[in-house]
Amino acid sequence: MRFGVVVFPGTWSDCDFHYVISEVIRQPVKYVWHRDRNLDDLDCVVLPGGFSYGDYLRAGAVAGRSPVVEALPEFLARGGLVLGSCNGFQILCEAGLLPGALMRNECLQYRCQSTHLVVENVETPFTRALRPGQVLQMPISHGEGKYHADVETVRALRQRNQIVFRYATAEGKVTKAANPNGSIDNIAGIINEEGTVLGLMPHPERAAESAMGGTDGLLLFHSLLGSLVEDGTFSKR
Amino acid sequence: MTPAVEPKVTLDLARSLGLTADEYDRVIKRLGREPSYTELGLFSALWSEHCAYKHSKVFLRRLPQSGRRVLQGPGENAGALDIGEGWAVVFKIESHNHPSFIEPFQGAATGVGGILRDIFTMGARPIALLDSLRFGDPADPRTRRLIDGVVSGISWYGNCFGCPTVGGEIAFAPEYAGNPLVNVMCVGLVRADRIFRARAEGVGNPVFYVGNKTGRDGIHGATMASATFDEHAEERRPTVQVGDPFTEKLLLEACLEAMASGVVVGIQDMGAAGLACCTSEMPARSGTGMVVELGAVPQREEGMTAYELLLSESQERMLIVAAQGREKALQEIFAKWELDAVSIGQVSDGGDLVVRHRGDEVAHVPIEALAEAPVYDKPFAAPAWLIERQAFDPLSLAEPTDYGEALVELLASPTIASKQWAFRQYDQQVGINTLVLPGSDAAVLRVKGTRRAIAVSTDGNGRHVFLDPRRGAALAVCEAARNVSCAGAEPLGVTDCLNFGSPERPDILWQFAEAIEGIAEACRALELPVVGGNVSLYNETSGAAILPTPVIGVVGLLEDAGLLATQWFKGADERIALLGPDAVSLGGSEYLWTRHGQLAGRLAPLDLETERRVQAAVRAAIGAGLVTAAHDCAEGGLAVALAEACVTGREMAGRGMVGCEVTLPQDGRCDQVLFGEGPSRVVVAVDASRQREFEALMAESAIPWRWLGVTGGDRVRVRMGAITIVDLGVDRVEHAWRNGFERHMA
Repeated sequence: MRFGVVVFPGTWSDCDFHYVISEVIRQPVKYVWHRDRNLDDLDCVVLPGGFSYGDYLRAGAVAGRSPVVEALPEFLARGGLVLGSCNGFQILCEAGLLPGALMRNECLQYRCQSTHLVVENVETPFTRALRPGQVLQMPISHGEGKYHADVETVRALRQRNQIVFRYATAEGKVTKAANPNGSIDNIAGIINEEGTVLGLMPHPERAAESAMGGTDGLLLFHSLLGSLVEDGTFSKR
Repeated sequence: MTPAVEPKVTLDLARSLGLTADEYDRVIKRLGREPSYTELGLFSALWSEHCAYKHSKVFLRRLPQSGRRVLQGPGENAGALDIGEGWAVVFKIESHNHPSFIEPFQGAATGVGGILRDIFTMGARPIALLDSLRFGDPADPRTRRLIDGVVSGISWYGNCFGCPTVGGEIAFAPEYAGNPLVNVMCVGLVRADRIFRARAEGVGNPVFYVGNKTGRDGIHGATMASATFDEHAEERRPTVQVGDPFTEKLLLEACLEAMASGVVVGIQDMGAAGLACCTSEMPARSGTGMVVELGAVPQREEGMTAYELLLSESQERMLIVAAQGREKALQEIFAKWELDAVSIGQVSDGGDLVVRHRGDEVAHVPIEALAEAPVYDKPFAAPAWLIERQAFDPLSLAEPTDYGEALVELLASPTIASKQWAFRQYDQQVGINTLVLPGSDAAVLRVKGTRRAIAVSTDGNGRHVFLDPRRGAALAVCEAARNVSCAGAEPLGVTDCLNFGSPERPDILWQFAEAIEGIAEACRALELPVVGGNVSLYNETSGAAILPTPVIGVVGLLEDAGLLATQWFKGADERIALLGPDAVSLGGSEYLWTRHGQLAGRLAPLDLETERRVQAAVRAAIGAGLVTAAHDCAEGGLAVALAEACVTGREMAGRGMVGCEVTLPQDGRCDQVLFGEGPSRVVVAVDASRQREFEALMAESAIPWRWLGVTGGDRVRVRMGAITIVDLGVDRVEHAWRNGFERHMA
């Protein structure tokens, strides 16, 4: 599977994703500059964490209107997949590729900590290697990760099974105490209606080696690799 | 806009800019004429204590600076050590105390920004930040505001830039209330043969200004940092710079790309005294001169004078001497990162700095003159009051009636308690190198592509140095190195940040001189070169000086990252041993301060040979896989070290807590044995099945050591002889430690 890791001015998880993809799961990967519109030779585009354009306006607001993001609908239309983590999730919401918005953490402080996520939807290319209700451990690192959407949108997300990850306890219980940023419904990650764009605040690339404290993040990549069928097209589920 | 009329150059003006009458005379003699206003500005900045180390130079020469791993010693933007397999580690610590007191958020943020630039100007990618902070009592709302501002500022700048904050310490004492300390250490990695230096080589080479535009912020920052504060300190807020971590991130990427492309000959960060400093220091190192045209400098305000352009401390700027003929390549790289890169002059011969502003020559001075700041060898003397302080016998105070309660109280003291409130606001993992997160004795970061890892720690105990500057400073070196050894790493080198009061007072200068001797002695004994650092003097407000606080940063090397150790107990039924001597003292201890409000007494003796051997023994035991946890005994003594080993794994690593049952030797009063502080002491947990091997290794190491007990259960139980003197549930212990600081900040 050919991966592209997008680099905006101010991106900093680009090298980490690149390292995990090339050195841990050993797949072809290249950096994609934010001005690039050509995504022809890629199967999966990763929008990594960081502070694109300093996030001085709103997190992800400027990057959400960049040439590479404008090229994503066409990339998706021909069967591509998009994974946005942390700032990448914020950018996807700003670009309208995912519903809702990421707001300032309820505690009004930056939070870098380990979190547990309960898997709500395993019918996606990013989670098909997981069991429903499985609990994953992954760190977060953000100041603006409180997921918010209006009541209608959240209801629709639930109905269409678009909520993929929710913050939970180590036992998988969705509680207020397990919610690190005040996200509505403890939402940590969602997918678009078509099941091709995943956004999540946690960092799977930081949980991809046992030396770094865990490998649960790798399960997302394993799901992706498993979803590419032999003739090179994506399996439709 | 009409240009501002320049003031007439007089002695009074020179004085108002921080020069003394003697220094002003010296400028006139050296130039053979009165300086112009702009020239006076150059001298006032470059001859400030902050830039010229006037009062400290004679002492700093005492520090050992060489060693087989040293690739770069003091005198450059940062020091560099060879860590093998073609890699070098670049590191330095720097203070931003004065700005952080005036404006905590921006002061601390730009402190982070400044030290990051020091590292990446050397060609290294920053991989770790550590913050050594000192404040007054967190129960005081004004102190809380400072803490919140400083921590937010560090968090904002480091997180946005994308360098993890992996360690450091925060300590509290009333002496820091009017003068908090913000010391930031940064560590970077670079290929050993790709280190860049701040030199202006090659007459005719173009000089490029790159990065942020210049504004009026931070003018006279260096001069401000070279004076004490009074009640009007807040009026100096305009001298604090404003940071932009996003631009710094772009500057990092653009500089590293430019360096890799071969267009960079020399590069220096525009830190203190901005352009003035770069345009004089770079040619001074190379014996060349420089001609610059200030009109070309990118500006974000209108009508800036030559004086303002030279002395502005606007952040995120660099001066690059580029290879002639490669100008276009350099400009293209910076354009890609959307940054200015403008040629403002060239390297010249003849050794003069010639500054023009829109064609008019505004300064023309021999660079040597700017570099020849006076060096003072001022008188110093031990203060008379010290003898009385040292004479105090802590054992004249009553013993606690309940030792368990005393331990809980000590664990809840803000200096000892968990600092998770601060650390969780910092990104600790970006770069995916952090193998040991903040909270253990040292942070550990892997070197990708090798089996190696580096361990880093900062330490410094102002109370110890106050009571005995020489031994206290030596203890700081030993403790930082011991922390690194407790991670299993061999300490390789030191960076020091020397925070003191006004050197114009003989007693403060004595503290400084003695502290340097102590650092030098310890560094020689442990074979640690001091490869860089920073001196921060004049840490006084309204005549009250801080505790003398040398902060020592140590970098160590683990050849096999798989063989690292952390401080917390991993499971039950392991044997607990104490390595090192029994000698401890309550003098200057955290216990004496927390319980009795006293800062007095004598420190425990320090034997540097024992220290060296204990550290070697700890490393050998970790390297042989005999030890499952290693924790240095520091503030709070043996009892606190044991309690921390029992409970800190829960917060740091999400592990269960592990109790312990130990028997301590009846060697003096219980409070002294439990809470007394002394050097060269490490608590380790030993795999029970390998007890004999451990004993053999200790015998071979020729160090004092003893078995204390076993891990397990859910209580921290300490016996003295046959009597149980502490018996606490681990939950209670953990709660006290976890909330001791945070309860003030919530």
